[in-house]
Amino acid sequence: MIWELDFALLVFMIICAVAAITVKDLLHATIVLAAYSLIMTVLWAEMNAVDVAFTEATVGAGITTVLFIAAIARTRRSSSD
Amino acid sequence: MMENVVIRTVSRLAVPFIQIFALYVIVHGASGAGGGFQGGVVFAASFILMIIAFGMANVRRRIDNRGIMWLSVIGISIYAGIGFLALLMAGNFLEYAAIEAALGIPHLHGILIDLVEAGIGIAVMAAMVSIIYDIAGNGEESS
Repeated sequence: MIWELDFALLVFMIICAVAAITVKDLLHATIVLAAYSLIMTVLWAEMNAVDVAFTEATVGAGITTVLFIAAIARTRRSSSD
Repeated sequence: MMENVVIRTVSRLAVPFIQIFALYVIVHGASGAGGGFQGGVVFAASFILMIIAFGMANVRRRIDNRGIMWLSVIGISIYAGIGFLALLMAGNFLEYAAIEAALGIPHLHGILIDLVEAGIGIAVMAAMVSIIYDIAGNGEESS
């Protein structure tokens, strides 16, 4: 447990989490959410929760990103935003 | 995307390694990180890579909705079958020690854990691929 590394990761994670709900474009939000998931993976692994880190990496950064992008590809961009 | 030779060649090389890694995660789950769920999701990720590289129609030709349904049923049946087998052997649900004591085979619980993990992996892989088919597909062969 290196607290400087923890602090930097947590700050970056909060930035990613806030950015994911504030950016306008849905595709940008998905990619930022994948980055958030990746930082979360490093944090779980750093807290010795390897199993949770594995699940976060496969489901959070892998499957949900693909599902979100596939779902966004089926939507239509609104002109007013 | 079908005409991009780089994507097709790299995925043709990468998909077997991803699937071998998924099987390793499933089998190694009892003693280390990983397990049936994670291995199944990694296995489904190899199908996603195949869908991206070769197109939905090619992957659907290899494993269609009926095959996905059968894989899902087989995975759940392996998991629940071993669980209820422990109930039949006068133990709790998924109590491997009861089966091991009733059959008298030493170290049987390791094999049973691996079988249950394989069942979970098959079911999760089938469910994930089914979700991908329904969301990423363009509505053809929707049964």
